[in-house]
Amino acid sequence: MLAYIIRRVAQSALVLLIVGLVAFAMFRFVGDPIDNMLGQERTAEDIERLRGQLGLDQPFVVQYYRFLENAVQGNFGVSYRQGRPVIDILMERAPATLELAAVSGILAIIFGIALGVFTAIKRNGITANLIMSGSLIGVSLPTFLIGILLIYLFSVELGWLPSFGRGEVVDLGGWSTGFLTASGLKALILPSITLGLYQMTLIMRLVRSEMLEVLRQDYIRFARARGLRDRTVHFRHALKNTMVPVITVIGLQVGAIIAFAIITETVFQWPGVGLLFINAIQFVDIPVMAAYLMLISVMFVGINLIVDILYFFIDPRLRVDRKGGH
Amino acid sequence: MSGTSTPAQKSRLRTALESDLFYTFKRSPVAVVSTVVVLVLVLSAVFAPLIAPTNPFDPASLNLMNGFTPPMSPNDFTGETFFMGTDDQGRDVFSTILYGMRISLFVGVAAVLFAMVLGITLGLLSGYLGGWVETVIMRIADVQLTFPSILVAMLIFGVAKGITPVEYRDQMAIWVLILAIGLSDWVQFARVVRGATLVEKNKEYVEAARLIGRRSGAIMLRHILPNVLSPVLVIATISLALAIIAEATLSFLGVGAPPTQPSLGTLIRIGQGFLFSGEWWILLFPAITLLGLALSVNLLGDWLRDALNPRLR
Repeated sequence: MLAYIIRRVAQSALVLLIVGLVAFAMFRFVGDPIDNMLGQERTAEDIERLRGQLGLDQPFVVQYYRFLENAVQGNFGVSYRQGRPVIDILMERAPATLELAAVSGILAIIFGIALGVFTAIKRNGITANLIMSGSLIGVSLPTFLIGILLIYLFSVELGWLPSFGRGEVVDLGGWSTGFLTASGLKALILPSITLGLYQMTLIMRLVRSEMLEVLRQDYIRFARARGLRDRTVHFRHALKNTMVPVITVIGLQVGAIIAFAIITETVFQWPGVGLLFINAIQFVDIPVMAAYLMLISVMFVGINLIVDILYFFIDPRLRVDRKGGH
Repeated sequence: MSGTSTPAQKSRLRTALESDLFYTFKRSPVAVVSTVVVLVLVLSAVFAPLIAPTNPFDPASLNLMNGFTPPMSPNDFTGETFFMGTDDQGRDVFSTILYGMRISLFVGVAAVLFAMVLGITLGLLSGYLGGWVETVIMRIADVQLTFPSILVAMLIFGVAKGITPVEYRDQMAIWVLILAIGLSDWVQFARVVRGATLVEKNKEYVEAARLIGRRSGAIMLRHILPNVLSPVLVIATISLALAIIAEATLSFLGVGAPPTQPSLGTLIRIGQGFLFSGEWWILLFPAITLLGLALSVNLLGDWLRDALNPRLR
């Protein structure tokens, strides 16, 4: 078991090294850093001096090592477009994305599980069938169309909710939060529904199929035969046993939510990291792109690793099956 | 589509019409309806220059006075009527959709073909050769699967954009899109083909081919490939729907097809700007078209997966 964990950690480290190499190659070969930093009026000595300063005359491996060393310390260079350190810009934008992702994730989990249980228990009811067909459309609709649809309904036609931005934010020592003002909370509603809808349908369908599977088991029948109330059977006995796969999927979807926030943030002009990344692509702002890539891969790889290891602890059967890894 | 999957000596059409696949097809209303929708959309995209009332990219045919004409009602100044209205520059929305669908479909199909060829090649190689080839290819696939494919496509698009010189960026955008979406999508093809190859390569016919001295390349292409194609077909159909949506999403975000060559996603991006001023038709019609296209391709893929799965018969 220790061997398994060590191997997974080593694999994750390798992935990060490869992603780092990609990010570094972007830095080094997409556009000339010298061109980007020096203006039109430059001399051969200037170029030589800057090359020496930036370490561009060193061998490739040394440069790569330096890049990784800097990246680990959070130093990703200066944005070509804004002329400020990339890490400062990222830190400023991170709260918006994290708050949005957290609210959408929580919405997706609560409604996903609730609707999943409901559609499983009332399998043949009209409402449950309607919800299931609705979820099929929800999966096929591209995220940005859902966002536009919600804006049209609730901002243009009804005028209830704002269509863009975060509303008023309160600064809590470097962390700007929209949770504390009425306009901030209102601004959160539409984007978080847009972002969470796909994950919600995913969780709902998973919970439903797991529940249906579990409800067929003998111990459920025995629980009913013992005269336990329906509620106890459904929530104590059935739901608990559906949770292992659901937790895995929730864990893996955390990364997806942060990535798909790019789309939602663009639709709602939400000033987060995703919008920053899209703008960086449009203006070929390589340092911002590379930094985003590094950050998001650390997150993805980390989540994958944690889920894998957690899975190992939650489900004892795996420990026997997976002797010696897969 | 079903005709090509059953090669025969007598009449190919005849065999196709008598096949199991065609029988289940006839019995499924969802499959028939979505095929009709896909056919109508694809044909109208292919023949767009013949169907479209105007060429939206010919400045001579545009009249700025026609701008913002609502659908099915005559323009205040020129008295002209447009089936789906016009946008801010007086372009007929119906025509821009037809031309936009051409680009969406072209990018989608080309990207899936690219992903398919790449995935099949790498899948065959890693399944048949094994060893370090397999390890390297499958490790790369694992790493790529860690990230959502739309994110991979965005990154490839960004890097490719950085490499192309500024003056070519708009012209190259379509090809860069195909490259980006294709590269973000090869993994599933490679995985499925590798799995099927691992099963096939131990069968007797492969052994026989090896014994008579056929080379590995020929065995992979002529003997194994035809036998691993049917799951590839299913993935390709579902991938097409995903590729069309991915293209629309990238173009909507402004990192895809440029306004000079608008795809459905670009049209929706443009239309979103007029949502608040009340010109709903500039947004609504491209959105409905995209939805119809993606949904029907998706349903067709679902049906095909079930129909080709012997366990579900």
